[in-house]
Amino acid sequence: MKRKTAYLGLFSAVAIIFGYVESLIPVFAGIPGIKLGLANLAVLFILDRYSLREAALVSVVRILVIGFMFGNLFSILYSLAGAALSLTVMDVLKKHSDFSLIGISVAGGVTHNIGQLMVAMIVVSNTSLMVYAPALLVAGVLAGVLIGILTKDVVGRLPLNL
Amino acid sequence: MKKKEVIFIAGILVLAGILWLGFQIAGKRSHNTIRITVDGKEFGTYSLSQDQVIHIGDTNVCEIKDGKVTMTEATCPDHYCMKQKAVDEHGGSIICLPNKVVIEGENTAEDSDSESSPKIDAVT
Repeated sequence: MKRKTAYLGLFSAVAIIFGYVESLIPVFAGIPGIKLGLANLAVLFILDRYSLREAALVSVVRILVIGFMFGNLFSILYSLAGAALSLTVMDVLKKHSDFSLIGISVAGGVTHNIGQLMVAMIVVSNTSLMVYAPALLVAGVLAGVLIGILTKDVVGRLPLNL
Repeated sequence: MKKKEVIFIAGILVLAGILWLGFQIAGKRSHNTIRITVDGKEFGTYSLSQDQVIHIGDTNVCEIKDGKVTMTEATCPDHYCMKQKAVDEHGGSIICLPNKVVIEGENTAEDSDSESSPKIDAVT
């Protein structure tokens, strides 16, 4: 139990650092919301080794800390919406499908973007934001594949005795 | 990666492609005005052919110049809206999320399919 707490703290810290590294990378292609999602590496790892509860905990800690340090209340709201949707979908896929980490990660990346887009549309009460959907879907797939491959590799190299 | 996952990923990419094509076709119409909405409420409609600077509330300022509109000032922290692509006759949109400001291209001549016919902006 103590060990688990320590690991969760460790991975929250890793996720926060990833979030910081990412905030240094400028906005890609002029479309807000497109980024690599490096922090998802830590969250996906926790989801794979523990369960939804632990992954959600690490995710929420990360979003709050990153949000207060580098973002604002809006970015926290978007991140929470994206994370809630993507974590739910990733957990369902983990339990009820034979998808590997890559497929789970892609589903997570895509649904994360869809969740953020939906919140954004609600905030501005305007559906014209839909024009960003294709780009966000493709970005979600690319980032998802990359993060999935990385997580798979990390899981293989970190035979943690949890 | 399993075959199912490849199909899943390909499916998402195909969906994105279809959506993109749909928006391309929908965006073909020539746009001659822009509509500004703030928090879902209409702020105003302006002609793209008339150069002017528009103050949107006290949060944002946009400028229409040479048939293009760009956000020139904004109080939001990230200034994404000022970096977004200008809205011109091909339409598009500029969105400032923190201030809930949306600028979008619009075709005021309702359901006119004749793109080639020149539009009359004003009658003197």
